[in-house]
Amino acid sequence: MNKLNFLKPDKDNLTTYLYSGAFLFLIAILDVFLGSFFEINITSFLPSFISSILPFILGVVGLHLIRIEFSGIHNLDLLNKKINTNNFNAVLTLLIIFIIIKSIPPIMNWFILDANIAGDSKEACTGTGACWTYIKIWLRRFVYGMYPNELQWRINISFFLLIALACVGLIPSEKLKKLLTLYYVIIYPIIAFILIYYLISGGAFGLEWVETGAWGGLSLTFIVSFFCLIFCFPVGMFLALGRRSQLPTVRYISIGFIEFWRGVPLITVLFMSSVMFPMFLPEDFFMDKLVRVIIAISLFEAAYVAEVIRGGLQALPRGQYDAAKSLGMGYWKMHIFVILPQALKLVIPGIANTFLALVKDTPLIFVVGLLELVGMLNLAKTNPKWLGFAMEGYVFAAIIFWIICYAMSKYSYNLELKYKTER
Amino acid sequence: MSEAIIKIKDVNKWFGDFQVLKNINLEVIQKQKIVVCGPSGSGKSTLIRCINRLEEHQEGNIIVDGNELTEDTKDIEKIRAEVGMVFQQFNLFPHLSILDNCTLAPIWVKKMPKKQAEELAMNQLKQVQIQDQANKFPGQLSGGQQQRCAIARALCMQPKIMLFDEPTSALDPEMIKEVLDAMVNLAKQGMTMIVVTHEMGFAKEVADEVIFMDEGMIVEKANTKEFFANPKSDRTKLFLSQIL
Repeated sequence: MNKLNFLKPDKDNLTTYLYSGAFLFLIAILDVFLGSFFEINITSFLPSFISSILPFILGVVGLHLIRIEFSGIHNLDLLNKKINTNNFNAVLTLLIIFIIIKSIPPIMNWFILDANIAGDSKEACTGTGACWTYIKIWLRRFVYGMYPNELQWRINISFFLLIALACVGLIPSEKLKKLLTLYYVIIYPIIAFILIYYLISGGAFGLEWVETGAWGGLSLTFIVSFFCLIFCFPVGMFLALGRRSQLPTVRYISIGFIEFWRGVPLITVLFMSSVMFPMFLPEDFFMDKLVRVIIAISLFEAAYVAEVIRGGLQALPRGQYDAAKSLGMGYWKMHIFVILPQALKLVIPGIANTFLALVKDTPLIFVVGLLELVGMLNLAKTNPKWLGFAMEGYVFAAIIFWIICYAMSKYSYNLELKYKTER
Repeated sequence: MSEAIIKIKDVNKWFGDFQVLKNINLEVIQKQKIVVCGPSGSGKSTLIRCINRLEEHQEGNIIVDGNELTEDTKDIEKIRAEVGMVFQQFNLFPHLSILDNCTLAPIWVKKMPKKQAEELAMNQLKQVQIQDQANKFPGQLSGGQQQRCAIARALCMQPKIMLFDEPTSALDPEMIKEVLDAMVNLAKQGMTMIVVTHEMGFAKEVADEVIFMDEGMIVEKANTKEFFANPKSDRTKLFLSQIL
């Protein structure tokens, strides 16, 4: 056996170093784990200061011992290369592992172990953790707002139909493929509007009228986001083209429009839409609050979409315009077949960004008295019978929003991969 | 002598304060092949870009196939459809397959039925010998293949005139020949061609006339043999001595 030099581990005594290093490292992890999960301090015989930093010391020494270059063991080399390149890296690695171990128990306790979900009143919540009873009891309101309970099937059916109709694109058929763009850009939004207008709003075909003020909760979040996304995209696209137009009138109107909407906060836009806007309308002209809000948010976001798309247009080489023109294509043909397909592909991440921001901006419609998910939460938390559960509500909303946004971001990433082209 | 298909008369053009074209006069008759050469920045590219109005000239007249190019030319697209152009950087549409690159304009500009357009395109791709690549995307092809596709794409519009803007300057040396071969082939079929190039071998083989430009002016214009055997101006002599 060669002489052991613990300051400079080498390959000659590989197993010795490896086992002693791994042992120290595991002891360190075990110490933190037991302390965190079972509140047992296995080093309690030591002075408290030393006891608290001991896992660090053991961990760093352990990681130092297993840091053997070209050990020949694939996984060890990989580990050393990724997270254990030097002592500083080892400390960071340990720190992250310890933080994760330390933070699991309190989170688990709050979410599950000490939480309550049984019962149907505040008194059922006896634990120190979350009171999911609150979410359970209020779930209907969080999803449907003030929409009458016995009519909620109408929302369910229309959302179900909308999702089903959105899946048309999955049908594999060469013939249908050509019509898909037309379907998604024009037909689908019209169907969606008709469905929502007649089924959710009612007032015809013997369906009871439900005014938009009663709509709310998550379903309203979806409705507002959906229509805003659909409207702001084409408007933004035309604004982007307008801003690059050769015609001065079109260009200056586009610039003025974009800069105006980008320059004002959304919350003022919403106030204006509900307070100022009706003043300019003729007396007998009535436009629903929800419609006004959707138009306002759409125009607001369209300005952002326009600038994102303009970025994509500017990224295209001039040769693409030259080539399209030299083949005799006019402005619209050139843009529809050559420029926009490439530019839009480039700006998928930017558009996704804007759309995510839009979805997360929807709670602001509370300023005009429309209560979507967060609005309903704020309402519920002030209910005298259910005071003190704001935390649960916001965590719930955060999770829901996260799921929506993560799904959107995943989807946009897939689109990016799907339309990736080599230059 | 037949009527000139392109007439350029006293054309001047400025980029800001800088005059790129000075008093250009040029007539091209049908089936004529003209090679334009000269140092970079001499205005050769600008000149041929003016012929299908990718650039606008400020003074003088350019008449292409009987239509004068002016600001009010309503049907500029129609004129462009009759003038094919091939660029230095190929400028294929990267989001479309080679076949779609070739059929896009015939279908949407000429309103040709899709089947007919595809037949035509395959025919043209065969001429430049890349029919096997029809379903690939431009990014998957070599530079020479891309440029040949660009030639085929322009020919699919069945133009009366073809403009080439340094078609081989962005290519690897070993790919230049395949592109030049395609161009020689085209010339033999009687296409009217204006070619900006530094490939003097091509000029000698194909051109009826060679034009030498410098500083925005046409310095020398002569038939090919004359131009190489017996250049008149010193500037041309200097240029030729450096390039040959």
